[in-house]
This record gives sequence, structure tokens and C-alpha cells, in this order.
Amino acid sequence: MQGNAACAEGAIAAGCRFFGGYPITPSTEIAETMARRLPKAGGVFISMEDELASIAAVIGAAWTGTRAMTATSGPGFSLMMENIGYAAMTETPCVIVNIQRGGPSTGQPTRAAQGDMLQCRFGSHGDYSIIALTPNSVQEMFDLTVKAFNLADRFRVPTFLISDETVGHMRERVTIPDSVDIVPPAPLAEGSLPYEAGEDGIPGFAPFGSGRSVHVTGLTHDERGYPDTTDPEAHDRLVRRLVAKVESARHDIADYEVINPDAERVFVTYGPPSRTVAQVMRDHPDESIGHLRFRVVWPFDESALGKFPDAKVFLMPELNMGQMVREVQRHADQPVVPIAKIGGELHTPAELLQALEAHG
Amino acid sequence: MRHEVRFSGYGGQGIILSAVILGRAAALYDEKYAVQTQVYGPEARGGASMGQVVIDDLPILYPEVTDPDIYIIMSQQGFEKYGVAAREDAVMVLDADLVRSRPVCRYHEIPATAEAKENLGREIVANIVMMGALVAITGAVSRAAIERAVLDSVPKGTESLNTRALKRGFELGEQA
Repeated sequence: MQGNAACAEGAIAAGCRFFGGYPITPSTEIAETMARRLPKAGGVFISMEDELASIAAVIGAAWTGTRAMTATSGPGFSLMMENIGYAAMTETPCVIVNIQRGGPSTGQPTRAAQGDMLQCRFGSHGDYSIIALTPNSVQEMFDLTVKAFNLADRFRVPTFLISDETVGHMRERVTIPDSVDIVPPAPLAEGSLPYEAGEDGIPGFAPFGSGRSVHVTGLTHDERGYPDTTDPEAHDRLVRRLVAKVESARHDIADYEVINPDAERVFVTYGPPSRTVAQVMRDHPDESIGHLRFRVVWPFDESALGKFPDAKVFLMPELNMGQMVREVQRHADQPVVPIAKIGGELHTPAELLQALEAHG
Repeated sequence: MRHEVRFSGYGGQGIILSAVILGRAAALYDEKYAVQTQVYGPEARGGASMGQVVIDDLPILYPEVTDPDIYIIMSQQGFEKYGVAAREDAVMVLDADLVRSRPVCRYHEIPATAEAKENLGREIVANIVMMGALVAITGAVSRAAIERAVLDSVPKGTESLNTRALKRGFELGEQA
């Protein structure tokens, strides 16, 4: 099965029953699969007029209590940015898939890249936080899509599956379970205000039709949901909570693999460059070489770096000119070396071997 | 044993579908591991199209093809772009009527398009003839597996045509 099809199947299995999207290479097969599958599953597929409307429709659908998703690539992702901020501000649980291609602009529609890693974190204006997952196989396109829906609902936050052309278009064997764990959002407790949160910072969710009166606005609002746009304290309280509900849970949300924790030279990866690293490590077994592979990149769990106490250098192959490497550099005491590659092809095992030798 | 198989021809010949079918045969019916990838652009129809498959007994880590040991080439442009650099110990199966050049590696000439057009009645199954020849020559997957994968992948109503094309490919491969 193709990665994009596995993403769509994961969404269906996770109970997603709304897709609003606008086709764009290399994500189109997700929309195609959803268009075929959703009506039979009792869901709704809408081919929207553009990406602005696509994400808007997804946000609206999510507020009916329906699991909702859209899928796009770079140019469409850029168009979605304003409403992604609206989803963050209104704490709308939804899943946004970005099958990355070469950018900027229309760039390389049919080639792989990881150029939107910072855009997915910081692309909309203002302070907010999101969750982003990075699959490296067709199986993970299924598994992490399911996980994305559960995280979106649990944290009431737009959650991203940030993949790329290689994994989206790759075909390999995938195992689809009979059922998956579905964790719905916590309901809004009786007597609680719609944006009143406990210690975890996550208010209960009362979608339209649930019988509660909820006002939804992108303006700075108080716990009742009513605009309060001039009071510094109201804004400070709201936005700090929006960021903290995700960032303070980063060790809990974290999902990463640690190979050879005693290693001195450690590759740090996410997405398909991890497969090149795994190949190098299988072909050249060496316990002094380690691998830290993130399946969740945002919120960034800096404590993962500490799993390699003997690390002398972190090597970071990315399919961009150096994006997540900045985050690792911010937290690591050791030197962090970017191995940047753009143009659309994965790093080859030979290229990573060269990088290893250069830092031997 | 890792095989890297590259298919190239012009857009519309079913090049990428061929790669998908071969991967399917290996991964679903031969209990091996397979990853299929492709290179294409907006200009692919009529231009050089390329699909590739990695087949291995072990889980496949690095998913791309860097140095194929098996080639299926179905156009001159495909040869020039994706086949000319074939290493000496590779095997190339080429459609003799569509590819003028010959590689430095071992190669087999299969008149798949002529066979499909003249003896099977539909040019469109030329890729399946090539696939049969590939399997007969290299044994990259079993004949039973490729037959099931072809039947999974072709439109309803064309099963017998495609099965005949595949078997004709086996014969041409055995003779080559």
C-alpha cells in the first residue's frame, strides 16, 4: 500500500469522518482515498475551492464533534497558516497532513523535502504551540495518523502529520489492525466555563450540539469565551495556557527511538533520513555510533538528547538547509553538525558514511 | 539478498504500475520485503518515466534504489536517462524494438511491444510481457507470486489477456 493511502486508512480507522481539502501533489492520493472511503463510512468529503477554505471547513467540522482532517503540501500549507492560528486560538482538535515537497513557492512538486518543519511550528502569527509527528514508513503513515487524532483531541490542538513525497508515495507492506485505540476529548464538566482549564491547561470540549452554550472566537477571550482584547492579563493568561498545555506535556507526548545509547557519534533524525541512518548502522555495526529518531518533533523533547550521555557530536541529516538542527543546537552542549541536503533525494548511505568519517 | 530493480520507458506504458506489481508480488505473495518508489514529473506522459523496487529477505531500511542489479528498459530515452550507467554485473531486459542502444552489462532483447501488438492483440500489455520475461530471466520473485500480483492489479475483464501476456513473457524470457 502507498503511504498516502495508509494515512487515509489510518484516519478512517481513527474515526475521522470529515475531510475538506484541495488536491496538491504529492498529497493528492490522501484526498482521493478519502473521497472513495468516507461516503461509505458515513462521513463527508468536500473538495473545497482552496486551502484557506479547506482548513476553515475542517475547523467547522471539528466543532460539531467530528474528527476532521485535511491534507496538503507546501503551497497549500502556506495558505492554511492564518486559520491554523485560529484553530490554535480556539483550541480546535484537528489533523493537518503536510506531504512536503521541494520549496519555496511551487518548487519541486514531485520531489521530497523537509522544508516546512519550522513553518508547521511557527507559521501562523502570535505565540502558540502545536504537535507534529514525522513518519518514516508506510506503516507509520497509518499508525501516526491514528496517534495524531488522539493527541489532537486530548490536547485540543491542531496536530500535524509532517511527511514528505518519499514516504507519501512509497509503497510497502502495511498491517492494518481490526481496530485502533480511540481516545475522545474530555467533555466539558458540568459547572465549568467553556475555557476554564484544570492543571493540565486543557479545557473540556463541548462541541456544537452537545447542549452547552459556547462562544468560539479568534479574539483574545476570557474563560467564558467572550472577547476581552485589551486586558493585558487576560491575554497573558490565555496565550500562556495555550503554549503551556502542550509544552509542559512534552515528555509525555514525546515519541522517539534510541539506538546505542553509549555512542559517541549520534545521528539525530526524523522522517526518512532515519532509514538511511539505519541502513548505515546495519551495514557497519559499531557501538560508538548512535541514533536518536524522533517520531514526535513538536513539542521538542530536549531530554531525549540526554539519553546519549557519552555523545561527543550530534549529526543531523535533514532534507532542508538546516531547520530542526537549530532546535537541537539550542539544547545540546556538544557540537551539532547539520548534514543538509536539498533537491529531492534522500541522503545515500555513502553520504552519511562520509559524514561519519569527517567526524571520527 | 537485496535486489534493486529499475523500470524505465515512456509515460503511458505502465512503467510505474510494473514496479508496483513486482513489489506486490514480493511483499504479499513471496513473503519477502519490498519497497516501491518512483521518479516522475508533470511532464511524464510521453517523457521518460521511471519506477523502482527494492526486494530483500531482510526488512528494507534505505528505501531508494542507488545501483540497480536488474533493469527493464522500454524506451530509448529511458535507456539514456536511467539505464546507460548500469554496472557491468547488472542484467538488463530491454524491448528490442524501442531501444537502439545496448548496455555494457548482460542484456536480453525481448520484443515485448511487437508481441503484445501482433500476437496478443493489445499493445498495452507490453509491460506485462516484459514482466514475465524479467521473472523468467532473474527469478527475482516466483512465477506464482507475479501471477497473483498481476491479477490483483489489472482492470476487471482483462485478466485472461494479462495472464496470457505474462505467460508469453515467461516463454520469451526462457528463450532469451
